Amino acid sequence: MNLTWWQWAVILAVLVLVGLYLSMTAGRLDRLHRRIETSAASLDVLLTRRTALTLEIAGSGLLDPATSAVLLDSAHATLAATQDGDDPSVRWLAESVLTRTLSQVFDDPTDVAELRDEPDVVPLLNSLAGTCQRVELSRRFLNDGVRACRQVRRQRLVRWLRLAGHTAWPQTVEMDDTPPVGLSGPPV
Amino acid sequence: MSESPASGQRASWLEVSSTPVMRIGLVCPYAWDVPGGVQAHIRDLAEILISWGHDVSVLTPVDDPDTLPDYAVDGGRPRAIAYNGSVARLTLGVKATGRVHRWIKEGDFDVIHVHEPVAPSLSLLACWVARGPIVATWHSSMDRSRALAAGYYLAQTAMEKVSARIAVSEHARRTLVDHLGGDAVLIPNGVRVATFADAAPAERASGPDLVFLGRIDEPRKGLPVLLTALPRILERYPDVTLNVVGPGDETEVLIGLDPDVQRRIRMLGRLDDGQKASQLAAADIYVAPNTMGESFGIVLLEAMAAGTAVLASDLMAFRRVLDQGSAGMTFAVDDPEDLATKALELLDNRELRDELAAAGRRRVAGFDWEHIAQRILAVYDSVRVPGEKVRVDLRGQLVGRLAGRSSASSDRRGPTDRPRGGSGR
Repeated sequence: MNLTWWQWAVILAVLVLVGLYLSMTAGRLDRLHRRIETSAASLDVLLTRRTALTLEIAGSGLLDPATSAVLLDSAHATLAATQDGDDPSVRWLAESVLTRTLSQVFDDPTDVAELRDEPDVVPLLNSLAGTCQRVELSRRFLNDGVRACRQVRRQRLVRWLRLAGHTAWPQTVEMDDTPPVGLSGPPV
Repeated sequence: MSESPASGQRASWLEVSSTPVMRIGLVCPYAWDVPGGVQAHIRDLAEILISWGHDVSVLTPVDDPDTLPDYAVDGGRPRAIAYNGSVARLTLGVKATGRVHRWIKEGDFDVIHVHEPVAPSLSLLACWVARGPIVATWHSSMDRSRALAAGYYLAQTAMEKVSARIAVSEHARRTLVDHLGGDAVLIPNGVRVATFADAAPAERASGPDLVFLGRIDEPRKGLPVLLTALPRILERYPDVTLNVVGPGDETEVLIGLDPDVQRRIRMLGRLDDGQKASQLAAADIYVAPNTMGESFGIVLLEAMAAGTAVLASDLMAFRRVLDQGSAGMTFAVDDPEDLATKALELLDNRELRDELAAAGRRRVAGFDWEHIAQRILAVYDSVRVPGEKVRVDLRGQLVGRLAGRSSASSDRRGPTDRPRGGSGR
């Protein structure tokens, strides 16, 4: 097959353009993966902090023993699920249970206001309220990143050429993160 | 995370639980010494965060670097550049990228927060150069989709690095979602409530005072609507004074007005924030006759904070700020007759004015910077990881890499040396 010089030039130009496109897309994927990683680490820190604060409040002797026991139980369950979890969904389930327990314990702003009479506990309750709000935001931002990344990874060229390398398919975090009604009010 | 071995595991968890001091980098896209809503927002946010003990640095373009406060860093002079069908004053180019590069490298930030990152600006450059937690705030609603289309690839690359998006209004959020996909948290603009609530009322004439704020020769701000309505108001209340605060050519505005009407108008020109607050505090009614809904309505909130009854056109953004009319009165957009009717209703009824002012005070509490800045801090915390910093990342970015080199070499040079052109010049 004989090609004239300009036919070669066209082929070359197309190849260069395809190469540029691929390298740009690989760069996008890299950025998206990194953003997801940071967001996931942030959510992890916040959830750990929420557990720690729950344990602290349960151990403070401020609440009645039954309530404290329920809080301790849910909080310990999240720790166990974090430690042995090959399957992340086990953890999200345990975190959802903790969310619901917190919502049941702190369901009434007036009850919580009474708790706030104890000066030692005010910073703990404020931190817990702030942390619950941050968990909700953090999961939302993480899932946003995951969706953006999936959109790129669904592109045909990306799949065929395995531009994402060995990076696992990004997973959204599905859990109940509604902050307890009784702790709402000015965010801290 | 660094922790002393003695602190133990539980203590180290709790250490994280109180919001620790953060190093925060804010990026302003517009010249610092030109008055504007975005600049004011960044200034107020920076100042309240600093008062809470955080380390804040603002990178901003500026015409006269001497006007910068000590927390701001000179990002270069903006240049007039044809963009998107009009001439915008933007900061870009290899040199600007170099400054952004150095600011991020030396800033050692926990999080950077860019504002209005769509236009080619320092904000966009910062997204482009940085790696790590980036928060972005969208201020305006961009009806011109071309604004995005033009720099789409650039914007997209930058946007994909943004971990958290904030929109200041529902309008801004919707355009953002429509154009770029994804979602954004709604955190409105803040108001320094105390500044306005504690302002000493300005000296006033004997009759009722109305006040208008905004560029007087900008038809969208609606001064002509108010001036058309004024004669009808003066018929019943001849001693009303209209105080007009804002820059612009006054002769053009007053042309063709009855001299008797003109005599009831005081042109005060541009005033600083303190004087503005005093004018609002002294007035009986603040009138916002805007004809277009592009603005957030920050002045309405300032008037509410000053305890002044608000009469505003029935724009969606304004209705939202006024809590669907419970914290202020509205009239049909661009309708001087309706404006006059509603203004007379308010002037007739002192109790109604006081009621609206009280409702406005309650309403504005939720927009106080104390509260808004807490919500912004919560966003920072939700995307950052304690101990991890924002870094420079120029992989796959040709221009950025060149700028990075030139800024690295300018670090070694004295400030007066000429660049030696090692980077493709």
